[in-house]
Amino acid sequence: MKDFNYHSAKDSKEASKLASSSSAFLAGGMTTIPSMKLGLATYKDLIDIKNIKKLSGIKVSGKSVTIGAATKHVEVSNSKDVKKAIPSLSSLAEGIGDPQVRNRGTIGGSIANNDPSADYPSACIALNATIHTNERKIESAKFFKGMFETALKKGELIEAIEFQIPEKSSYQKHPNPASRYAIVGVYVAKHKGDVNVAVTGAKSCVYNDKEMSKALSGNFSSSSIDGMDLDSSEMNTDMHASAEFRASLVVTQAKKAVDAC
Amino acid sequence: MIKSYRVRILIKGEIMGKISLEVNGRKVEKEASDNTLLSTFLREHLQLTGTHIGCDTSQCGACVVHVDGNSLKSCTALAADVNGSKVTTIEGLETNGKMHPMQEAFKKLHGLQCGFCTPGMVMSAVDLLQKNKKPSDTEIRDWLEGNICRCTGYQNIVAAVKEAATKM
Ligand SMILES: Cc1cc2nc3c(=O)[nH]c(=O)nc-3n(C[C@H](O)[C@H](O)[C@H](O)COP(=O)(O)OP(=O)(O)OC[C@H]3O[C@@H](n4cnc5c(N)ncnc54)[C@H](O)[C@@H]3O)c2cc1C
Ligand code: FES
Ligand code: FES
Repeated sequence: MKDFNYHSAKDSKEASKLASSSSAFLAGGMTTIPSMKLGLATYKDLIDIKNIKKLSGIKVSGKSVTIGAATKHVEVSNSKDVKKAIPSLSSLAEGIGDPQVRNRGTIGGSIANNDPSADYPSACIALNATIHTNERKIESAKFFKGMFETALKKGELIEAIEFQIPEKSSYQKHPNPASRYAIVGVYVAKHKGDVNVAVTGAKSCVYNDKEMSKALSGNFSSSSIDGMDLDSSEMNTDMHASAEFRASLVVTQAKKAVDAC
Repeated sequence: MIKSYRVRILIKGEIMGKISLEVNGRKVEKEASDNTLLSTFLREHLQLTGTHIGCDTSQCGACVVHVDGNSLKSCTALAADVNGSKVTTIEGLETNGKMHPMQEAFKKLHGLQCGFCTPGMVMSAVDLLQKNKKPSDTEIRDWLEGNICRCTGYQNIVAAVKEAATKM
């Protein structure tokens, strides 16, 4: 691993002041460290944000669940408050990687990284999340821009993610058997007005499937999306699954999610 | 846990700083560069080579150790980042020359063949039993998701963890 400076920031202000075009924040390190080891990324400075108290913790109000950016996956999956307010979110966290990844990896790191197969981005889209940064609030629909790309500016720090509590919801992932990343994951959430069907793993970036959302908003039953023929032209093909298989999996996982709601 | 403040100096072009840890009950302090992984610190600075390195992608789990009571992959944590913590490695499991019940169970039930994955497997399994005293087969398999063994086929590992659960 190339040499770098390690800094531990005591608050958000210090963290963003230390940030530059050649730095990265260090949260769980579960993405940053392997990519640096493999030479896929190099940084002059790593700014550890784990010791910033304000970035960790879970708050539940009547309408929303707010999770600090440096909150670990294990904390979300073990939280009684999350389990009660949005059970699907706690089971999503429980399904990420393995126990050691969950003991270190954080929600902020996961969404900042925006891996096309990551789990949390789908929760953000399905649960109309607002991303709170040290500078502004960003709606999820405008946050996830493309493969590993977000609306974050250089040095902008995510402080918390605020999820809207739905009436019903379920996340169903078809995991890669080795890494547990989603080959396809579908997060269905029924809110008062409408239904979101957030899909991860299928395309280069998480998205809300408008066709299924519309059908389910009309009739919230898996029969209303049964046999739907989704366009596979923009879907991923790799050694795990072809685009056509992914298109069919999206429908299967969405139906499972609706049935589990 | 209050992380100790690290003063850093430049030695031979590398940014070095002091790492203070409690490893297997013993206080250690060594200079290490900022880019030193915890696994490298354990293996190369402290000669604790029981912690193994089996991959570059944080997937195999051969490097699992406990930091402040929880298991983590030491190949995916910086020594600087766990500065001030308590670390337990496979070498720290025995008491007065007697193997830990998990080690005994792996030995008795042939939970290993080449032994490469074993330190991480054992450390991970010990953490499981700290959190869940009587895990089912499925819970054991789920928990060991991040530990890869290319020899045993896992059956005897699961049996060993169940046996250890009756002894711990
Ligand atoms: C073996 C393995 C299996 C995995 N399986 C899964 C899986 O099944 N599903 C899944 O979703 N993920 C999986 N992951 C990824 C895991 O969830 C990571 O923890 C996560 O993607 C990154 O979070 P982190 O806290 O480790 O971030 P880091 O690696 O510390 O940081 C990642 C990036 O995010 C930026 N960043 C971090 N925090 C912030 C912040 N607060 N504000 C702005 N930018 C920030 C950093 O600058 C960096 O660029 C897996 C990882 C491994 C190693
Ligand atoms: S060496 Fe493979 S996970 Fe750490
Ligand atoms: S015993 Fe050889 S890898 Fe597990």
